[in-house]
Amino acid sequence: MRRFSLFNATSLTLGFAFLYIPMIILVVYSFNKSKLVTVWAGFSTKWYGELIRNDIFLDAAWVTFKVAVMSSTLATVLGTMAAIVLVRAGRFHGRTLFSGMIYAPLVMPEVITGLSLLLLFIGIGMDRGVLTIVLAHTTFSMCYVSVVVSSRLVSFDQSLEEAALDLGCSPFQAFRLVTLPIIAPAVISGWLLAFTLSLDDLVIASFTSGPSATTLPMKIWSSVRLGVSPEINALSTLMIGVVAAGVITASLISKRTAVRQQREERAAERTEAA
Amino acid sequence: MALDAFAPWEDPKAEPVIHFQNVTKRFGEFTAIDDLTIDIYEKEFFALLGPSGCGKTTLMRMLAGFETPTEGTILLQGQNIAPIPPNKRAVNMMFQSYALFPHLSIWENIAFGLKRDGMSKPDINDRVDEMLRLTRLEQFARRKPHQISGGQRQRVALARSLAKHPKLLLLDEPLGALDKKLRQETQFELMDIQEKTDTTFVIVTHDQEEAMTVASRVAVMDHGKIIQVSTPDAIYETPNSTYVADFIGDVNLIEGKAAAKDGDKLHIAWAEGQPEIIGTPATEFSNGQTVHFAIRPEKVSISAEKPETANALKGKIMDIAYLGNISTYHVELPGGQIIKAQTANNRRLSRRTFTWEDDVWLSFTDTAGVLLER
Repeated sequence: MRRFSLFNATSLTLGFAFLYIPMIILVVYSFNKSKLVTVWAGFSTKWYGELIRNDIFLDAAWVTFKVAVMSSTLATVLGTMAAIVLVRAGRFHGRTLFSGMIYAPLVMPEVITGLSLLLLFIGIGMDRGVLTIVLAHTTFSMCYVSVVVSSRLVSFDQSLEEAALDLGCSPFQAFRLVTLPIIAPAVISGWLLAFTLSLDDLVIASFTSGPSATTLPMKIWSSVRLGVSPEINALSTLMIGVVAAGVITASLISKRTAVRQQREERAAERTEAA
Repeated sequence: MALDAFAPWEDPKAEPVIHFQNVTKRFGEFTAIDDLTIDIYEKEFFALLGPSGCGKTTLMRMLAGFETPTEGTILLQGQNIAPIPPNKRAVNMMFQSYALFPHLSIWENIAFGLKRDGMSKPDINDRVDEMLRLTRLEQFARRKPHQISGGQRQRVALARSLAKHPKLLLLDEPLGALDKKLRQETQFELMDIQEKTDTTFVIVTHDQEEAMTVASRVAVMDHGKIIQVSTPDAIYETPNSTYVADFIGDVNLIEGKAAAKDGDKLHIAWAEGQPEIIGTPATEFSNGQTVHFAIRPEKVSISAEKPETANALKGKIMDIAYLGNISTYHVELPGGQIIKAQTANNRRLSRRTFTWEDDVWLSFTDTAGVLLER
């Protein structure tokens, strides 16, 4: 195995330090005994205890969770449908335009997405609250889902679906019994991705929420303006944990199945050769 | 050939299982199938043979229901199948990629079609067990498709497509993914299973050896048209065109002009200073008409002395391809034409009679070759 050169080791350390030092500081100070964020006064978990007794934060967490579950589920259904149409439809006029339009929200500045959604909701006279945040989150996260699902569908052997039709399935049964179970890992990781995106969104939620609905990132943002408290650090640490768990699970699900399949395929070839 | 009593295509009263009537299929500007009419009979093992892009797969996909003809009709047992979707047809297909469902076990793969038919549980069990026995897969029933070898996967695909008792089974390059030895074994297995199940098989292949081995009749296709349909031996011995002669096996093609008739024999003038070739035409040739003389290498003998046959040509050995069981000699005639002659190596190599640069005589009888118009 090749050894790391000094240059490689340095750039790796710097890169990771750049990425993770801010978060590490936040996590460490969430266990600080002192009320002053910048002064270390010993280890304590009391701020986590305070957090659990804080109804405002718990309400915000509950709203965030509801929004994330609903919007990611909706985004998964819509994003999967879009992916299927775009991968399967073959060549038609404006296909490139359509697939480009699906991906455009990925690079659209959030402020613009948020503002335009706000204008839409005002325009159609919709009261802002949980529902509008759900719709807004669905809008921007469905394109992530469709990217994940369509990359799986591209390598999906179309003859599997034809085989299902050939064996007596209606087109819908073929999708339910064959296509969906096979692409399920991609659909699930798409859902988890949408879920985590919705959890940590601040900008779009701020534009589209009303007085009745405040999400956790919004709550953190508004309390930080009055000064950073260790309680906020504790809350942020928990959120980092949840988001990290989601992302890691999503990537493990898709990787594990592929690895296991490869290993078993090799084993099958070996038994044949023997 | 006379021993084979199975020849429904020669019986004018026989009803075909499948009847293509002037079928044309276009994809945009491209014509994949061009005004094609053909009959396939019950219990036949029918091979569609041709180079890639000749329309053989399109033909098969129209039978399965994944494509509809642009013009013309396809009848399955007298019924027009154009409006019937693939899931309602008594036709099953074995896919080139096998298309086994990776998330289901071998047992569930085979049972998949039966469950869709709403068959009762015990009946499904019996039928799946029967198919597993037929394809010798009993001990793999609980495995997933990626846990078995390529040859076993091929048999699962076959079992799954046969489970529903289709009137017609379509096989799309069924052995393409197997290595040569396994492929040859599997060819005989396929024939065996076809006989046991009494199903009509239509196989698509680009491998002429495979088509010749398994099929009761072979259809040679090119550019969306069927060039010739016949039994494997008839295709080989009496091709109807230079395309078929050239596509199936190895052949020497000599172009000449019809010179003189002598009873049922025809003299062909083909090069200055060379004796005319004498052949037996199956069709009428007018004087001066272009004739393509096609002769298989194994029907050309090679000797040192001038033999007493209807045709004898002098030449020089340019190349020898030693294939173990046979050797192919490439002999150049004085005009530059290369003729291939094949001999069986029934002697050991050290006692071989001819070598490079030897002057030899090529000879063949007046019935050994085929005279073709095109």
